[in-house]
Amino acid sequence: MAVKVSTLDERIKLTDSADSPLDTQEYFINMGPQHPATHGVLRLMLKLDGETVREVIPVLGYIHRGIEKIGEHSTYRQFVHLTDRCDYLSAMMNNWAVSLMVEKALKVELNDRIEYIRTIMAELERIQSHMLWWGVLGMDLGAFTPFLYGFRDRELITDIFEETIGCRLTMNYIQPGGVMDDIHPNFVDRVKKVIEYAKPKIDEYEELLSGNVIIQERLRNVGVLSADKATSLGVTGPVLRASGVPLDLRRVAPYGVYDKVNFEVAVGSVGDCWDRYWVRIEEIRQSMSMIEQLIDNIPAGKTMLMKPAKKTVLPEGSHYAQLETARGILGIYAVSDGVSDKPVRIHMRSPNYNNVWSADEMTRDSRIGDLVANVSSIDIVVPDIDR
Amino acid sequence: MLDFLFGQLVATHATFDVVTLSDRTTQALAEDPWLAAGYALLGLAGVGGFLSLLGMALIYVERKVAAHFQCRLGPMRVGWHGMLQSVADAIKLLLKEDIIPDRADRVLFLIAPVFSIIATTLGLILIPMSPSLQVVDLNIGVIFISAVSSFGVLGILLAGWSSNNKWSLLGAMRAGAQFISYEISVTLSLLVVTLFAGSLQLSEIVQSQQDGWWIWRGHIVGLVAFFVFLIASTAELNRPPFDLPEAESELTGGFHTEYSGLRFSFFFLAEFINMFIASALAATLFLGGWMPFHIGGLHTFNGLMDLIPPGLWFAGKTTFIIFLIMWVRWTFPRLRVDQLMRLEWKFLLPVGFINLFAAATLVITKLYFFPW
Amino acid sequence: MTDEASPDNKQPESTPPPAPTPKPAPASPAPAPQAQEEQVEKEPELPKLVVDVCATIGELKPYASESDTPAVEVAPADLVKSLTTLRDNPDFAFSMLMDHTAIDRIDDGQFELVYRLYSISTLSMLLVSTKIPRDNPVIPTVCEVWDIAEWQEREVYDLFGVLYDNHPDLRRVFLEDDWKGFPLRKDYEDDFMLTLDVDKLR
Repeated sequence: MAVKVSTLDERIKLTDSADSPLDTQEYFINMGPQHPATHGVLRLMLKLDGETVREVIPVLGYIHRGIEKIGEHSTYRQFVHLTDRCDYLSAMMNNWAVSLMVEKALKVELNDRIEYIRTIMAELERIQSHMLWWGVLGMDLGAFTPFLYGFRDRELITDIFEETIGCRLTMNYIQPGGVMDDIHPNFVDRVKKVIEYAKPKIDEYEELLSGNVIIQERLRNVGVLSADKATSLGVTGPVLRASGVPLDLRRVAPYGVYDKVNFEVAVGSVGDCWDRYWVRIEEIRQSMSMIEQLIDNIPAGKTMLMKPAKKTVLPEGSHYAQLETARGILGIYAVSDGVSDKPVRIHMRSPNYNNVWSADEMTRDSRIGDLVANVSSIDIVVPDIDR
Repeated sequence: MLDFLFGQLVATHATFDVVTLSDRTTQALAEDPWLAAGYALLGLAGVGGFLSLLGMALIYVERKVAAHFQCRLGPMRVGWHGMLQSVADAIKLLLKEDIIPDRADRVLFLIAPVFSIIATTLGLILIPMSPSLQVVDLNIGVIFISAVSSFGVLGILLAGWSSNNKWSLLGAMRAGAQFISYEISVTLSLLVVTLFAGSLQLSEIVQSQQDGWWIWRGHIVGLVAFFVFLIASTAELNRPPFDLPEAESELTGGFHTEYSGLRFSFFFLAEFINMFIASALAATLFLGGWMPFHIGGLHTFNGLMDLIPPGLWFAGKTTFIIFLIMWVRWTFPRLRVDQLMRLEWKFLLPVGFINLFAAATLVITKLYFFPW
Repeated sequence: MTDEASPDNKQPESTPPPAPTPKPAPASPAPAPQAQEEQVEKEPELPKLVVDVCATIGELKPYASESDTPAVEVAPADLVKSLTTLRDNPDFAFSMLMDHTAIDRIDDGQFELVYRLYSISTLSMLLVSTKIPRDNPVIPTVCEVWDIAEWQEREVYDLFGVLYDNHPDLRRVFLEDDWKGFPLRKDYEDDFMLTLDVDKLR
């Protein structure tokens, strides 16, 4: 076979010709897998010239569990539970993607109650995910206080989840054919209270970080990703929208009840870290407004339309469904043989895997500090990268 | 009328006699060598004890301040409101295994934290805490402190280099660049006050503020110098927003990545004591040190102020500045390396020079006292 | 070719009624009667996108198997050329490679490579499929067409062992460099794998 297969050792071999006029030596340094700024077990090999980053090589796989292989040996309903463990901050949206795929394949029509509950839950989850991101961004940039503010407010939302679902992180709530259980009687009241509480908190966030001179210095014109490059790099979600591409599946291909609510898609213009920051802050506001529109109008109805115990066999062929998680487009691709209740092949098009590679494009020839800001502004969740 | 009522107090508004511990030792040496030895021992023990106690107290305060900024309680379990938490931490640090990396430069690795702590201790002995509480009062005090404090970076550079860790080296190089740059601004703002006071001796600088503190007696110049000093010395302390040498989200731990246990605690202690020294210096030079709040000419008011012991004044002012530094730490994010350098070389340095020039003009034209 | 895969050896017994003909023979090119009927019905109503695309680019043919997205097939040799046209032609403008993955059609002795293209301007999605032999899985890379292909192809190489010709940096992405075998292949086995043999259990 003529195709040359490389290894990491070969990849990080230094060439002699340093292009610096001072004839300084470039060197490789490991950032991670145990590093405070890489949010888990992401390992970045940095090619450094002093403080300047010449190249970022993500080295993945530290939490690779072979979820796609497990998926081939489990039913669709079982696979839902695995998706929680990928992007754990968008757990319910991951569940929803699988459910959407199964329902599309089986042509299950859902009632409004299910769609409303799913949408509200997904938006709540988006809010808590972005709140956590906001806190972590602050911490990555050296301000520890936002971290605790973000977590404090996020807790209230996870409390709501806990009451209805019984879980705070890996929910398994949205299932093919409906939702696991009906919402708790307190749900509507508590959601309203939390939204009322959190709205001024977003302004507080902005006061604490957004207006700060240092934050502006650290984020503006840092890690610029042009729209063309972003599209070619396949990034999705807030990162793509910050580059000025208004691709939001909630708007362009509505699922759930996104076609019934009014919201604006936050779009940046420059594509720098600041735009990514602003887009997410704006998304929190939009999500809150969506929840406010929906929360009073949850219609009555059944919450599960498919018998969970029944064997789910998808029709023969390939099935694909995608939706917008807090980090970008998650697609679930399944190939069924039409006989077995297990897929021949199930594949997740994970937003984080496709987003993480843009770190190199953003960071080339800037400082280590910028790298941290960039990685943070991409908002990666490592288990979803490695799957 | 107030003068009539409080006439006696006005009478007590006299000059404060500064007697340092070294003075006492020198005097006693001629008469009673044992007393002199006792004084010297007292000085040593005092500095050692003060160093560790202050370190623990500051760590406790930092944690509490941080906690309340972040809407939480901080340490609450060990002792009343977690008062003994620092003690427990200190014991833990002492008992921890002392790890020396295999490929590290052993000798330098062991020496580096000692350098750091010695530089800090040398700075500490000069601080005038009250007229009778000062270990040594050198006549070149200001220069000595700035010399000794820049000596501390040697420990950090050695630590970063000898660890044989690229992150540590990066941190150390950052520290070196940062110290050398910001040292200039610190010195420039110190020079402003020495120009005003006409002395390099710390006790004399305090005495010279009998009629008002330099922060406003120097008109705007004093204020500018104070802020330049505050910013530059925060940078010298490696504290956020200038904590680049140990920026934990960028360099994992910076220069002390490889340190653990006792040696790590030396760096930690040195950092906190340095914060105290910087705050004390700011208080001494700009806020009058132990000198009570005086306004030139208002004898009654000054007399009332004298009721509060000088030691308390010093403690209060220092605490205030320490709180300021902590406040900044728990609010601001971190600068980037090039921005840090830009701030110093393109902003603080020109401002410092212009300010020094203005100060010299004020001193020559004798404009720096209050009109009365 | 059809994607009619014979049921796995593991579960012929566990399949209840809906499976009409559990064919053990691996080579069964004739599709099930149901599927044939559907295909006959389907053929006139090909999605407009597929018709357009096939009309514009001669190398593309409508996808033979079932798919819920508009799908076309292409021969491996024409892959890069037709994908470049799909990206650059303003009528389609598939500026985004949403996803790229492989399916191990072990019964046909083939890997099916699937490129899922997405157009931001027309908001349409197109699935481009190509098949390469399992025993010589070499295919030209599409890194030149979309940047993300570099890493999506690396994932496929890592898990399926598909070799991409002219790839700038073809190496494992999740597994270590010295890993033996390619885990998502159907015949993959290693010492750590738990295989649940239903027949034996019974």
